[in-house]
Amino acid sequence: MEHAADQQHPIGVYLKIWALLFVLSAASYAVDYFHFEGYLRWSLILIFMLLKAGLIVAVFMHMMWEPIAMIYTILIPPLLLVVFIGIGALEADYTFFLRSIFFAP
Amino acid sequence: MTQAHSHSHPALPVHPTDPKGFVADWSSDQIAFKKVPWGKVMMWIFLVSDTFIFSVFLISYMTVRMSSVVPWPNPSEVFALEIAGSHVPLVLIAIMTFILISSSGTMAMAVNFGYRKNRKVTFILLVITALLGASFVGMQAFEWTKLITEEGVRPWGNPMGAHQFGAAFFMITGFHGTHVTIGVIFLVVVAVKVYRGDLDHERPGFLTGRRGNYEVVEIMGLYWHFVDLVWVFIFAFFYLW
Repeated sequence: MEHAADQQHPIGVYLKIWALLFVLSAASYAVDYFHFEGYLRWSLILIFMLLKAGLIVAVFMHMMWEPIAMIYTILIPPLLLVVFIGIGALEADYTFFLRSIFFAP
Repeated sequence: MTQAHSHSHPALPVHPTDPKGFVADWSSDQIAFKKVPWGKVMMWIFLVSDTFIFSVFLISYMTVRMSSVVPWPNPSEVFALEIAGSHVPLVLIAIMTFILISSSGTMAMAVNFGYRKNRKVTFILLVITALLGASFVGMQAFEWTKLITEEGVRPWGNPMGAHQFGAAFFMITGFHGTHVTIGVIFLVVVAVKVYRGDLDHERPGFLTGRRGNYEVVEIMGLYWHFVDLVWVFIFAFFYLW
């Protein structure tokens, strides 16, 4: 089919991203191994996670070579999850508050 | 691309990465996603819905963990192993992570060699991907067994801390493991198609009757990379947090 050539990229790109993903995974494991705590730990985990996710989606899943119409269609709906996470956090805070008052030892 | 624009509009090719391309493609009749095979669009739509399923699991895990008045079991300790007499935290999970990333690498290269019509290399890479995936599931089975029989973790409780730990763990990793298992089956099916030359000779598939095409390798790849992608989030939020 005529599409076939569209997603043809040099092998080197994949090997580089692969190596980078290995380094990032090792880095996120190091966060646990060296017992980083608190905000340093959480921010490092999030940074490495987002970098890995971004590389996988952009290069391995060929997102960076897709038309913008498709990129927006796929990436914008999951942004709703931010709202959902916010609602979940509020609810959890409230439950924790009630439990602390009525059930905590 | 220029053919798709109407004649009243002088053909001004919009670069696919230009935001104007978003408007141009969505406002054009019939085909919104130009040059994208429909099978790929369908897989992406499925993956977006799957994103929501896994997100809901992870968000509910967040709420139970945040609202617990009992300390959450420390995953670094729960998943530690004794190797050669030394105590290594989270080591099995780290190995599983590297295995899954490697399988994503071989998958990406399989897609690439598929489009080059290199049947043999594509087949070998798909088989390696399937083997790595199967070993991931095997390690997960080992992890579950150890957790259930040695640590006494149950969906309704465990000796280490908050009772919700087991429920969240079995639900999230169980669902992910199911995805990997289905992916391995999917990989074997595609590998057999590649090996037999079904894709080169455009033979109809047994299920849909669609003519064989190397796009199926890329579509398979999207699913496989997604499984790896989900693991990135599970690794960060469940095991490392």
